[in-house]
Amino acid sequence: MTGWLYLHLRAMAQAIRRLATHPLGTLLSAMVVGIALSLPAAGYLLLDNVASLARGVSGTPEISLFLATEAGAAEVKAIEERLGSEAQVASYRFVSREEALRQLEQSGLGDVLGGLGSNPLPDAFVVSARGDDPGVFERLQARFREWEQVEHVQLDSAWVERLHALLGLGRSAVLLLAALLGFALVIVTFNTIRLHILTQRHEIDVSRLLGATDPFIRRPFYWFGGLQGLLGGLVALATVWLTVKALAAPVESLAVSYGAVFSLSGPDLRQGASLLAFASFLGWLGAAISVRRHLAERLR
Amino acid sequence: MILFEEVVKRYPGEYVALAGVSFEIRHGEFVVLSGHSGAGKSTLLKMIPVIERPSSGTVRINGQDVSRLRAAAIPYLRRNLGLVLQESRLLFDRSVFDNVMLPLVITGHPPRDAARRVAAALERVGLKGRDREMPAGLSGGEQQRVAIARAIVNKPSILIADEPTAHLDRAYAREIAALFKSFNEAGVTVLVSTHDSELFAHHAPRRLVLGKGILIGDSE
Repeated sequence: MTGWLYLHLRAMAQAIRRLATHPLGTLLSAMVVGIALSLPAAGYLLLDNVASLARGVSGTPEISLFLATEAGAAEVKAIEERLGSEAQVASYRFVSREEALRQLEQSGLGDVLGGLGSNPLPDAFVVSARGDDPGVFERLQARFREWEQVEHVQLDSAWVERLHALLGLGRSAVLLLAALLGFALVIVTFNTIRLHILTQRHEIDVSRLLGATDPFIRRPFYWFGGLQGLLGGLVALATVWLTVKALAAPVESLAVSYGAVFSLSGPDLRQGASLLAFASFLGWLGAAISVRRHLAERLR
Repeated sequence: MILFEEVVKRYPGEYVALAGVSFEIRHGEFVVLSGHSGAGKSTLLKMIPVIERPSSGTVRINGQDVSRLRAAAIPYLRRNLGLVLQESRLLFDRSVFDNVMLPLVITGHPPRDAARRVAAALERVGLKGRDREMPAGLSGGEQQRVAIARAIVNKPSILIADEPTAHLDRAYAREIAALFKSFNEAGVTVLVSTHDSELFAHHAPRRLVLGKGILIGDSE
């Protein structure tokens, strides 16, 4: 175990030395990796902010259950009990036909109903579901429709669905962008490692003659790729962080002008760590493929 | 210790480098392998650390058939051999110390013990105190000594050298030959190829002679 650790520490030190030997090349590679990664990272962060904004604005999307006009107090109570036992119902409130009429009159439409002589409005329940999954709303809507004395069910989630669809589209776009740029980063590392293998072929051959195993020869290249990715990840993280800092105040002002409260946030610790881990993984992957491809012949 | 049984090496184009070579070298022997250029000396030596594999026949080291050794096992065989090649094959961007240290790094030796061994190996080849120098600043003979120090630092039981004096003047070559003799006296089995067998004549009691891939002489 100690020997294994020593060999890894040595390989890491060797990789750091190689990075430090060519500071300009290292910096440029890190910039390329960092700038490419900052695009999907910023996109992800933007979506994350919009999603949290949407959660705040939509609050709990509502379903309205309009009862039959002949429904009496017993039927209203029965429906209330059924709503109380529904696991996916977060809360509900009863709107009596009298209260509904009052609200209508307050909205200025009282005159329209005045000529009818009696209150045509039904009793209603306004239900909030748990979570914001559009599928849950639709399932509840379908179930409520089957209940007795429920005349009409109205789902007020069309805009939520549209927002979710847009966020889904955004996520797919960010994922695609991340995959494409990630692939590009793998290629960048692949090529860097290829050049390193070419310049170090003498050392590789000598080491082989002296009894170096394949993992011994490969290990420093893996570390190099991983560290180059990590440096790129740090550049990306700094880029995104600076962008958020620069845009936070203008975005907040824009939100206030629309009467809303919104401020850009992130990247937080978890997001930062994920970005660094992802960047390191891409670097390692590029190195692993390159080593497999270019060292195979030398290691036979 | 080293056993060749009817070893044939055929290269593409049907060029035959070794044509059924058989011999045995016992523990503690000092053997010189001589012959003209193209006689097959290098090919024969490359069979021992499995740089080359025979087309047919068997090569055994300490009873183990190395001609059919798995690729993953080859490094572990080489760690028990001391190899000195025709060119010193040093790393010129590393110091003398780092070059000699390399086999110990490969085997994961603790740094402090490794440093002691490097110092001892350099002292053995007459380069004490030169460990911080770069190989480019050394003479050809000194570079070959560094290569020899690197070969012995792991305390191998077999030392193989391919034309170790090829590019050295007579005085340096004699020193190198005497050095191999001193390793042999310490119990190391030594096999040295040379086209100048006179150089090792009074060091090595046994001489194998190759001619066009055939063993044409064995002084034993």
